[in-house]
Amino acid sequence: MSDSPAGRWPGDDQTADDQTADGAPRRVVGTPPPGRSLLGDGAADVPAAPPRELPSDPEDLPSAKRAERVVAACFMVAFLAGLAFIVAYFVFPVHTLDGVARSNLGLGLSMSLVFLGLAAGTTIWVRRLMPDVELTEARKPLRSSEEDRAAFEQTFEEGADASQFVKRPLIRRTLIAASLPALAAPILLLRDLGPLPRKDLTFTVWRPGLRLLKADANTPVTPGSFSSPGSMITVVPDGYQDKFDALAKAAVIIIKFAPGQVEYTNADHPVPGKVVANWTVDNIVAYSKICTHVGCPAALYEQTTHHILCPCHQSTFDATRGAAVIFGPATRPLPQLPMTVDAKGFLVARHDFTEPVGPSYWERP
Amino acid sequence: MTTSRAIAGTGNWLDERFRGAKGMRTFFRKIFPDHWTFLLGEIALYSFVILLLSGTFLALWFKPSMTEIVYHGSYIKFHNMRMSEAYASTLNISFDVRGGLLVRQIHHWAADLFVGAILAHMLRIFFTGAYRKPREVNWLIGVTLLTLALIEGLFGYSLPDDLLSGAGLRITQGVLQSVPIVGTYASFFLFGGQYPGQLIIPRMYIMHVLLIPGLFLALIGAHLFIMFHQKHTQVPGKGRTNTNVVGAPMYPYFMAKTGAFFLFTFAAVAIAATFVQINPIWIYGPYNPIAISSGSQPDFYMGFLEGSLRIMPAWQWVVFGHTFAFNVFGPALLIPGFIFTSAAVWPFIEQWITGDKREHHVIERPRNAPTRTALGMAMVAFYGVLWLEGANDVLSQHLDVSLYTITEIARWSIFVVPIITYIITKRICLGLQHKDQHLLEHGVETGIIVQRPSGEFVEITRPLSEEARAKIVRPEPLALPSGAEEPVPPPAMRRTVGRVKARLNKVLAESVPMNGHGNGAHPDGEHAAIGPGDGGDS
Repeated sequence: MSDSPAGRWPGDDQTADDQTADGAPRRVVGTPPPGRSLLGDGAADVPAAPPRELPSDPEDLPSAKRAERVVAACFMVAFLAGLAFIVAYFVFPVHTLDGVARSNLGLGLSMSLVFLGLAAGTTIWVRRLMPDVELTEARKPLRSSEEDRAAFEQTFEEGADASQFVKRPLIRRTLIAASLPALAAPILLLRDLGPLPRKDLTFTVWRPGLRLLKADANTPVTPGSFSSPGSMITVVPDGYQDKFDALAKAAVIIIKFAPGQVEYTNADHPVPGKVVANWTVDNIVAYSKICTHVGCPAALYEQTTHHILCPCHQSTFDATRGAAVIFGPATRPLPQLPMTVDAKGFLVARHDFTEPVGPSYWERP
Repeated sequence: MTTSRAIAGTGNWLDERFRGAKGMRTFFRKIFPDHWTFLLGEIALYSFVILLLSGTFLALWFKPSMTEIVYHGSYIKFHNMRMSEAYASTLNISFDVRGGLLVRQIHHWAADLFVGAILAHMLRIFFTGAYRKPREVNWLIGVTLLTLALIEGLFGYSLPDDLLSGAGLRITQGVLQSVPIVGTYASFFLFGGQYPGQLIIPRMYIMHVLLIPGLFLALIGAHLFIMFHQKHTQVPGKGRTNTNVVGAPMYPYFMAKTGAFFLFTFAAVAIAATFVQINPIWIYGPYNPIAISSGSQPDFYMGFLEGSLRIMPAWQWVVFGHTFAFNVFGPALLIPGFIFTSAAVWPFIEQWITGDKREHHVIERPRNAPTRTALGMAMVAFYGVLWLEGANDVLSQHLDVSLYTITEIARWSIFVVPIITYIITKRICLGLQHKDQHLLEHGVETGIIVQRPSGEFVEITRPLSEEARAKIVRPEPLALPSGAEEPVPPPAMRRTVGRVKARLNKVLAESVPMNGHGNGAHPDGEHAAIGPGDGGDS
């Protein structure tokens, strides 16, 4: 790759006195060495290099000179921005929102400029300084030559024969048999990833007499807790306020209606389109907050229409008609929690939900 | 040329040990064709590098633990609040580690860019037919990478255990639970019991930082190796054939260009991370299964799944006493399954229909494969409707249209829009082919009108340059003859499968016929397109 056909080490005095191979005059001490091959030593009879494919300079040299300055300017921007990054790291304290915002701006801006300066500089360098080239490389068909394929086939068959694998079915079959139980091991070892579902999804922690607590205040609820009909309160089972596994199924919303708004049934079990009257207290109805679609909290309640909306996929339930689905992908109403009041007048569960809450699953009864 | 002593010494040292001179010379002179669309894959690659770097930094502080603690850190608003260690450590990275917020935002932006670039890159590959033989394996690797990227992204944004990502995780669990037969078990095994449990974050963490990135590294390595070994495709042009590669060499051109492009990608991500806030988890608050923020949107690449769930009517069936929640299983798993599977098998279907077993290294302009382009656009439209439906609440708010109306429209659009898109795209492609054909046959209109001695006015046209002609000419038919058009078709083509194949072959091959290669333009306007037979459109 060297222009000099016989690049040498010019390091020691003896070789420094030699003439270069292309007949250049003897090197004067202190001037640059005449050439050195990339791969160094032992270059007494290096074959002639192939003809040059890349020009060494661009055609428009004055323009390249200008471009060189632009590239250098870009790199200087990157250099200064790099310094600014180091300064910003020490100058801007964090720990507060404003501090973090300033630090983020300082560090981010300087970091962006480092990359931008380097990227722009390099791009201009390639486009304006490096000479334009377009080379063509031959593309061989990907399919191997017939000889190579035949040779490979033979090699493969020779190996198969020598291994005796084909000839000795006893070894082959026992080897396959031996590997089968071992292959099951990784699957078996994953068995303890979790317990079997059993009936865990069919019940929640609600039990007779368990108080309903306001979710954020952790205070029990009385029928008088509602200032007016129409509002919705999220409640959780007493004692499970911080138990996420329990809350993910047991979260409940209670809604107070004006008299006559609710379509009741006197049955003691859920009836489509109806609210079980016996499970309500003073026109207060309790529904599971866990959407029957994929389990998001159905948290939006529109007072004027009595619609409960799940913000995830917009399943919409009619609160006055037993949370019947009126739009969206959910297929089942939000289950109603049977409710009553205890001796002190607080809202409590009458018993657990009569059906599994939350999203559908294969084993759901 | 002089080489510095240090490089010469190192080169010699290495070559005496590895005999690398020949191989490295070939490597340095490897030719890379150039086109701006080839950069899309590079953006994906470089965002991945950024993700590895920034992710490693974040992992130095992040605690993948659901253990509940009481917060006493820098964000005073949350003092004495109970939260998981995962959430608290993410707050810590954001507020107490200098550059922590910046790197968090870089990581998140790079993830969005990663998926976006993969999608754009895949569309480029599809619409130019670059997946054709011999590149089918790389196409399959690409589809796998996209699928993995979606899962990796989902796990990644779920890790901070904030209220927004918690909703995503809850949806994931609900979807898993909807799978027939094994769903409930899969959910209990993944979560270590009931939702949410104590294990999902450490489990997602190890998949997010080790398992999936390991797969990424292996598959990206294979992807690049195959690309390198098979050599890059090139766009049509003068002197570019299926048996050569035309472009600039690896060293120094491609190295410098791609290095600069890496820096540009990093700069773009850094600028976004500096100026555009993303995933401010301290605004959402810690996760709590009974709360949710309304109007919350997932990252853009999950939008189509969100829309798919939203668009679905409430269809659920009881099968042999079991609940089959098709309203969840269908949109969340079957639809993405349909999209990814049809992408994966398409190259093989096309090959079967066209009977084309040739190697292709010159890519096609999308217009030159009208049916493929139309099918691709129909799929884009299908995805687009789902994606828009995923933002139906945002649309409803901005357009002041009822949420339910938008969903109803989307339920029709999901069928109608792809069909219309198919028809329109095909017409556009054929129209563009006509235009190209006209250019080839009659050359470029110069705007100069001359009067013939006969009194006739004609416009002078200029022949296309060789370069321009090489870009337009379609060298190969889209499909090989299926044999069905012969007077006596082979027996296989007379059976039902054969007849279907022949029909599809005809549809895929549909193109404006190339009337020879034309003999260029006619400067004297002798045969300029003025005759009634030529359409008289000049």
